[in-house]
Amino acid sequence: MIKQFINLEWKSFTRSAAFKQNLAFKILMIFGAIYMLALLGGLGFGSYFLIEKLELGEPIRVVNKYLIYYFFFDLAMRYVLQKMPVTNIKPLLYLPITRSNIVKYALGKTSISFFNIAHAFFFIPFSIVLLVKGDAPFINVLGWHLAMICITYTINYLNVFMNNMDSVFYPVIGLIAASGILQYYGIFDITTYSAPVFDFFYDNAFGFIIPLVLVVSSAYFAFEYFKKQLYLDAGLKTEVKEASTEDLSFLDRFGKVSTYLKNDIKLIKRNKRARTTFLVGFLFVFYGFFFMNDIYSSINGMKVFAGLFCTGGFLFMFGGLVPSWDSSYYKLMMSQNIPYRDFLLSKWWLMIASTVVSTLLCTLYLYFGWDWWFAMIAGAIYNIGFNSSVVLLGGAYVKTPIDLMSSKKAFGDSKAFNAKTLLLVIPKLFLPVLIYYAFALTINESAGFIAIAVTGVLGLLFRNKIFDLIERVYKKEKYDTIAAYAQKD
Amino acid sequence: MISITNLSKVYNGVSVLDIDELKIHKGQAIGLVGNNGAGKTTLFSLLLDLIQPTSGYILSNDIKVSESEDWKPFTSAFVDESFLIGYLTPEEYFYFIGELRGQNKADIDALMASYSDFFNGEAIGQKKYLRDLSKGNQKKVGIVAALIGNPEVVILDEPFANLDPSTQIRLKKIIKQLADDPNTTVLVSSHDLQHVTEVTQRVVLLEKGKVVMDKEKTAGTFAELENYFKGISESYAPVPVMEEE
Repeated sequence: MIKQFINLEWKSFTRSAAFKQNLAFKILMIFGAIYMLALLGGLGFGSYFLIEKLELGEPIRVVNKYLIYYFFFDLAMRYVLQKMPVTNIKPLLYLPITRSNIVKYALGKTSISFFNIAHAFFFIPFSIVLLVKGDAPFINVLGWHLAMICITYTINYLNVFMNNMDSVFYPVIGLIAASGILQYYGIFDITTYSAPVFDFFYDNAFGFIIPLVLVVSSAYFAFEYFKKQLYLDAGLKTEVKEASTEDLSFLDRFGKVSTYLKNDIKLIKRNKRARTTFLVGFLFVFYGFFFMNDIYSSINGMKVFAGLFCTGGFLFMFGGLVPSWDSSYYKLMMSQNIPYRDFLLSKWWLMIASTVVSTLLCTLYLYFGWDWWFAMIAGAIYNIGFNSSVVLLGGAYVKTPIDLMSSKKAFGDSKAFNAKTLLLVIPKLFLPVLIYYAFALTINESAGFIAIAVTGVLGLLFRNKIFDLIERVYKKEKYDTIAAYAQKD
Repeated sequence: MISITNLSKVYNGVSVLDIDELKIHKGQAIGLVGNNGAGKTTLFSLLLDLIQPTSGYILSNDIKVSESEDWKPFTSAFVDESFLIGYLTPEEYFYFIGELRGQNKADIDALMASYSDFFNGEAIGQKKYLRDLSKGNQKKVGIVAALIGNPEVVILDEPFANLDPSTQIRLKKIIKQLADDPNTTVLVSSHDLQHVTEVTQRVVLLEKGKVVMDKEKTAGTFAELENYFKGISESYAPVPVMEEE
């Protein structure tokens, strides 16, 4: 039986859509994963020395002090990212496998998930350094280490219960964040209460018995809970939200484009993936803060960069995936009487509107000086005039179907990066920087910003030409696109 | 009128459709039958310019569908759920299609009212998005949407599948009405030989991409089709199994 399960898992892993990428992207992904783990490992290995060097105190005590935040962060990550592994369960229900075995399989699967293994990369090196360099008694380190493993797994099983408990989850996260802020300002220190608990596990070698009891009981309750949920009308039910309709007839004044515009707004409102993209797009307004330190803020080219990102977050995130947003009903769009230009124009107007809103929000950069604000305005005009069309051109080559229902992969679809879309990054991001320097170095800085804006305005004048080009690309790629969208993950 | 000439579609060296000539007269209702892989959906996809023919062409009202898009205003179809927009309610979907086909809100409201018996109190007015409807109700919505704006060519791929018996009966009535309309050409595919022979005026039988039978419907058509498929099923059944029976 276990052999069968492992076989299933292996196939679902190796045949998952993520593995069908091109080689270059696979390598990139593997490097990304190695980097993450190396970072954690480095933290585990280096934190002892770091704490000692900074003379913060006894390393184990310092770590214990902040562990509460570590585990709460872990819990938050899991709640958002680690879902109950129910997707592969349905086909098993009809087979002669006992329900307990199915649950054991599903829970077992969570136990070896990345969210648990990743912790080993911190705790194991830290424990080893503690033993070798810190001359800590073996029995205490072992006890503490076991306690940490037990707590990790307790959180793992707790997470099984925690599906769809947003009303509990977000206030708790709010409290934790608040306590962090209060601690930072020295008003209230939650760690004075939590540190002794973790210290206890270190000082008493057999203290790990307590978390051990916790992990066993949480696993037991998770098992019982899961078993009860194992019905099509209980835990395996897909949630159906009542449809809400809204009156968007005020958009009718935009003429023909309004037909699509109304749909696009519904698309963003009613689909998780599109909603996430929308929100993340506006978070880009704060992207400029990354450039605030001294190294960057003296370089005006960086400000141009920031200006493009801060005002064009949504434009880049959304526009680059047109027409994939409509992939699930692309056959309909292609067989209906739809002028492609109107369809594109609706997306274009959406991007323009959001860029204008982002630009208004970016007024806050005035606080950091006129330079910043000029960079924002120049970036915004360039985005509106030029990039809005160029991202649509790039999108014409993207043939990744989008599953609107899931919020996963919202931070970039791997297949969306092909050579052609990468090439289009040059006019989107690097050209304005070049333009800036061409004029800033020869005339003055203001001329640089003005030049970017003028290029944007020129782009606006040539919009119809670019749209002609996009239309041609779309017609050429039409059949390939339909075929690609028909493929399911 | 739809006329198909030397039409073929080849995937990786395997021919999935190969029709020398097929003419469908304006106002005719054609039933397309054939086993899985016979090429029914391929033919519909070619008619809608969703795939490119390997050779040959289709003329719809003298418009070459793979070259011009002028066939779109008078053609409508429901092939599969990829013709539905999941995040819209059925009403919103109808309004959307209506706007594309030059109908106003009142037209669509009238249309929905006229098909209220077909919806049977389901699908419409349920405060549900299309993606949350059952397969059968999704199909009802897709079929009715294909009738918006009095199209001259209506293509329905397996419209009877997934529908409950009462709805099948109602659907037969709807398709018969379309068939009787001299301005509307209807193409319907189905695995249910009874339904097809009942609602259409002409039956085309596809087998491995080729037209093996093309007849005006008569009283004997159903029996003829049944015999044909029976013949195939028997010729494919392994001998030892037959002996056991």
